[in-house]
Amino acid sequence: MSSARVLVGTRKGAFVLTSDGKRKKWDVCGPHFAGWEIYHVAGSPADPNRLYASQSSSWFGQVIQRSEDGGKTWAPVGNKFEYDGVPGTHQWYDGSAHPWEFKRVWHLEPSLTDPDVVYAGIEDAALFRSGDGGQNWEEVSGLRKHGSGPKWQPGAGGMCLHTIILDPANPDRIYIAISAAGAFRTDDGGKSWLPINRGLTSQYIPDPNAEVGHCVHKMAMHPSRPNVLFMQKHWDVMRTDNAGDVWTEVSGNLPTDFGFVVDVHAHEPETIYVVPIKSDSEHYPLEGKLRVYRSRSGGHEWEALTKGLPQENCYVNVLRDAMAVDSLDKCGVYFGTTGGQVYASTDAGDSWEPIVRDLPAVLSVEVQTLS
Amino acid sequence: MIRVVLPHHLRTLAQVGGEVELSVEGEATQRAILDALEARYPMLRGTIRDQVTLQRRAFLRFFACQEDLSHEPADVSLPDAVARGEEPLMIVGAIAGG
Repeated sequence: MSSARVLVGTRKGAFVLTSDGKRKKWDVCGPHFAGWEIYHVAGSPADPNRLYASQSSSWFGQVIQRSEDGGKTWAPVGNKFEYDGVPGTHQWYDGSAHPWEFKRVWHLEPSLTDPDVVYAGIEDAALFRSGDGGQNWEEVSGLRKHGSGPKWQPGAGGMCLHTIILDPANPDRIYIAISAAGAFRTDDGGKSWLPINRGLTSQYIPDPNAEVGHCVHKMAMHPSRPNVLFMQKHWDVMRTDNAGDVWTEVSGNLPTDFGFVVDVHAHEPETIYVVPIKSDSEHYPLEGKLRVYRSRSGGHEWEALTKGLPQENCYVNVLRDAMAVDSLDKCGVYFGTTGGQVYASTDAGDSWEPIVRDLPAVLSVEVQTLS
Repeated sequence: MIRVVLPHHLRTLAQVGGEVELSVEGEATQRAILDALEARYPMLRGTIRDQVTLQRRAFLRFFACQEDLSHEPADVSLPDAVARGEEPLMIVGAIAGG
């Protein structure tokens, strides 16, 4: 019988939640790495018991942990992230040149086919790859050396590479996104990269249509359609149907199109989810009502999903890596909040309930569908 | 033997209980002690000093014999009492964050 395992990263540790296929009763295991910030925990699609976790702290820096048993036990692996060559500078908040400095790993993306291959998206923005299960890391430096690097600048959360999407149909194609540089694509396994930001409009940069400088918050793809991407930008929900060559806005009737997360239904490639947030200066839901919005038409037309979610006095945020879907039937949708709740829907968003609450602020949520 | 006291989170990471005792070749300097510490506990690499620059991490301090040695050059000998194992080198996390 199928089951689900939810991997939760928080400000003060990691938690592993497990349930059978009904997804009604959940066992909570944790905190792992108590007291450390866990930006992301991810499982290998090729070996679901192989997990990777990004563990960091302002005091002690970056540690990468690996599990071989689905999160029951962990062991530290390599944590040396050295930029290739002389890193140079990017833009600082005030527009001055600022040296590239490693700060932390935001996102880990295991290979679709090889448990020992894993990518890491880091701050200050760069892409790293390990081919030996995380023991050694090498920069995929064609991205940072694309030429636009000196124009990249940090968003409010830092200059992070937070999205890594591997194309299941084409192992040479990878999409990434950086706040605040934008989205990029490689078609040659990482040697060269193309900015894919045409159609994005950002009023907070001098040229709203610039090639780079856009604050992309998250991107998502359905594996059956690797040329179609959805994006939650700082403001605006966007989609592309041509692998990022051109983006069009699909915010439609959303009450606000600021937000962080975006994800795609596991079985319906045109069904997508966002959590609208009031604004970039007020990082909480509109009117104190926590609402997931679902579009069944790939954007433009959205419906509010509220059943089981707090509809008064709710002022949490949902951060960019804190939504995930399982591939059970019906599709499960999960998201975590800065208030420490993880909400789950076992009916594709029609209704919700907290599967754990009162955790530390949730930074990331991933889910594994286990057979 | 040189004695080193690690902060709580690094004791957990290295899976050690109390003090760590290290055998250090040559003079007992910060660099020699950290080299020996990281050789014995590789999981501590990068957590006390940056792996590339070898600079002490900003929120950590080195205390011994009631002195703050954090700003001493890495190759200066530590007090004799540390070298003889009478006093530990204490690696301390700054009180920051409330």
